[in-house]
Amino acid sequence: MAPKDEVPVITSNSIDDAFKIPKLECGAMADSNTFAAAPEHNEPLGFPGELIDNWQEVAIAKMGELAEKNRAFQVYLDACVKCGACTDKCHYFLGTSDPKNMPVARQDLLRSVYRRYYTFAGKYFPWLVGARDLTREVLDEWYTYYHQCSQCRRCSVSCPYGIDTAEISMAAREILDTVGMGQKYCNEIITKLKKTGNNLGLNPKALRATLEDLEEDLEDETGIPVRLPLDEKGADILLITPSADFFAEPHIDGLLGYAKVFHAAGVSWTISSYASEAANFGMFIGSYENMREVSWRIRQAAKDLGVKRIVFGECGHAWRVGYSFLNTLAGPFDFLDQNYPIPQHIMEFTSDAIDDGILKIDKSKNDEFVMTYHDSCNVARGSAMGRKEGGQFDLPRKVLQSVCNNYHDMDRDTIRENTFCCGGGGGLLTDDLMDLRIKGAKPRMTALQQVTADHGVTHMAAICAICKTQFSKVMPKYGYEMDNIMSVHQLVANAVVLDGQETDDDDAAPQAAATEET
Amino acid sequence: MLSTLYAVLFYVATIFMIVGTAMKVLKYARTPAPLKIPVSPAPRTKKGVWFRMFKEVAFFQSLFKSNKWIWIFAVLFHAGMLLVVLRHIRYFTQPVWGWVELIQPIGVYASFAMLIGLLGLLIRRIVVPRIRYISDPSDYLMLILFLGIVITGMGMKFVMPVDILAVKQFFLGLMRFQINELPASPAILTHLGLVAVLMIIFPISKLMHAPGVFFAPSRTQVDNAREFRHLSAWANQLPPLPEGIPEEGDV
Ligand code: HEM
Ligand code: SF4
Ligand code: SF4
Repeated sequence: MAPKDEVPVITSNSIDDAFKIPKLECGAMADSNTFAAAPEHNEPLGFPGELIDNWQEVAIAKMGELAEKNRAFQVYLDACVKCGACTDKCHYFLGTSDPKNMPVARQDLLRSVYRRYYTFAGKYFPWLVGARDLTREVLDEWYTYYHQCSQCRRCSVSCPYGIDTAEISMAAREILDTVGMGQKYCNEIITKLKKTGNNLGLNPKALRATLEDLEEDLEDETGIPVRLPLDEKGADILLITPSADFFAEPHIDGLLGYAKVFHAAGVSWTISSYASEAANFGMFIGSYENMREVSWRIRQAAKDLGVKRIVFGECGHAWRVGYSFLNTLAGPFDFLDQNYPIPQHIMEFTSDAIDDGILKIDKSKNDEFVMTYHDSCNVARGSAMGRKEGGQFDLPRKVLQSVCNNYHDMDRDTIRENTFCCGGGGGLLTDDLMDLRIKGAKPRMTALQQVTADHGVTHMAAICAICKTQFSKVMPKYGYEMDNIMSVHQLVANAVVLDGQETDDDDAAPQAAATEET
Repeated sequence: MLSTLYAVLFYVATIFMIVGTAMKVLKYARTPAPLKIPVSPAPRTKKGVWFRMFKEVAFFQSLFKSNKWIWIFAVLFHAGMLLVVLRHIRYFTQPVWGWVELIQPIGVYASFAMLIGLLGLLIRRIVVPRIRYISDPSDYLMLILFLGIVITGMGMKFVMPVDILAVKQFFLGLMRFQINELPASPAILTHLGLVAVLMIIFPISKLMHAPGVFFAPSRTQVDNAREFRHLSAWANQLPPLPEGIPEEGDV
């Protein structure tokens, strides 16, 4: 498996390559197999440890249950006319040539079984409608190909009925989990989160030490005691951020950016060790119950700390859960200040701070970068920001353009609601899927190469922890350095000049910090 | 004898289509959508959603953005079909409504649009490898069924006319539960037979996309999740989760 990802650097000089429809190669990705979860990672999530004996019966029953509990699942399985409009929209199909990675073909893996057991035509004329029995091969095929979908929803945008393959993938993974066929990456992470409050398994002590180190770094840099508070009762704002922000590059630089913005805005804020994670992998495995449990921690942390507001850091699917689901799963948040959106995105916060003239900005600090922006799929197609439709596209761009001088968008069919996934979303950001991740990144990378050729773009910014990790891993395969991916708030951090911050060697004035200590 | 057979066939087909579709639609409507999943950017008001859906249903907006060829053929076919169906109202009304009279001439061209649309879709299905890959026998048969209806219909209009007044009397009769003589022309019998098949399979086939489009949460939901909770009945019955933060040291 391992040497597969040692592919040579791939370059392209035409944007058409991003959309080029490959010749179908049946079975091209049939061997892609993500590690199965061990019993100790299935059971804490409420699933059987390993494949149960009566898996067939249970899987079929679960399928029926989901159709009754989820309108999307039921309608999508019925409504597809096989028009084919979605077939060339998936980055995994474009990157792998495997026809089962065409969105409708991916749905059909499950639809064919649903038809067999739950529709008239499939029960009596299976050959007519492509219905098939649920066999062990089919189950394995589900595992293989539903772990080649990043649940990015690009296909849904192209479908005349909005059929969302992500919903089908989530349902399929839930069925697989129900019969004991969980995926290691997702289930292990959820298990860790349930134990420690974050995906990394970082305990409060280690977290505190990390944050203190970062405070020191910030003070060294700015001369000002900018704080990164942990578990501070009575703070105004609870920051919920992906735990990658505590240790990974370029995520950390984003975290420092939030800290500077909060500092400059003069608000008191805190991180919670109990809910030290924005990510919610319950969504990836389609488990309402697990997603609810993870979300519940945020509610409890907010109550316990007595905060007035909740702000989310840069994380794509977390923001989908935060924006679209949190209120439903763990609301009502009537104990928070109703004058602010609940929850709020850090981008909304920073954008407001810029509008209010609170941030002092020296754009020239980012002059060494020529930037572009990657819309993360869950933010782009699964959430929103600000007061206007499309704010999830406009706010990050506005913030970026407020803190740097050189900015160019990528091809319009690869950004905003048409954005291509980074190739590592939806619970696929694991080394055992590296081959898939590199291939799936191809359309995005091609669009990036195009703006590099046309406008000299050097760096790409994103607001998703998964995107950032994925890009830092795969960009070297496409002729970039791993630090060519940046956090949006990293650029903010570079450009923000704090009150009393003296450039270079001067000592800092302590007033600004003093207000925050209270 | 033949008239009786067709009369029964149409009663059965009508019941199948209406009752079957109504049952499905009721099921869709009753099935909860447990989470807010509009594909964004999505409208933040109900009015906005109506507008979005209008653009989808009237102009196939998303299809237009995603595939121009399929869009052209789909619009030719559906718009043609809509006009043809409206034109057919005159066989069920006496006297014929004014606006139905008005569209009669356009209706004739509409059949050509339908034909071109269907042929385009069928050819694509056969020659484009991606679409051939996702096609099952039923997908070809569905197009062939429609082609059969259109071609026999056009045949009666342009090649071998039937006694259309008698056909009208037959249907007017059915609507009053009496069976009048149906002309025994092969064209009309085939045409009507295929239409009956279409009506019968409507609720159990992909033709459910027509009502289905109005029940797809990704398009029909309002984007207001931060403002309003969206708790489904079954989710509301999940066991409550514990309040408060457990003591340290449970790791
Ligand atoms: C709300 C009304 C409807 C909408 C929005 C709608 C939309 C669509 C769209 C976008 C397609 C995909 C493009 C294509 O393959 O043609 C399609 C396909 C199709 N529609 Fe409709 N439709 C509607 C009503 C109907 C009705 C009432 C019928 C027939 C009784 C029908 C029959 C078909 C057929 C047979 C196809 C498949 C074409 C193929 O196999 O390629 N549609 N429809
Ligand atoms: S959701 Fe994204 S990854 Fe999944 S099938 Fe659709 S386009 Fe592909
Ligand atoms: S675009 Fe929609 S209706 Fe067409 S094949 Fe894909 S999922 Fe089916």
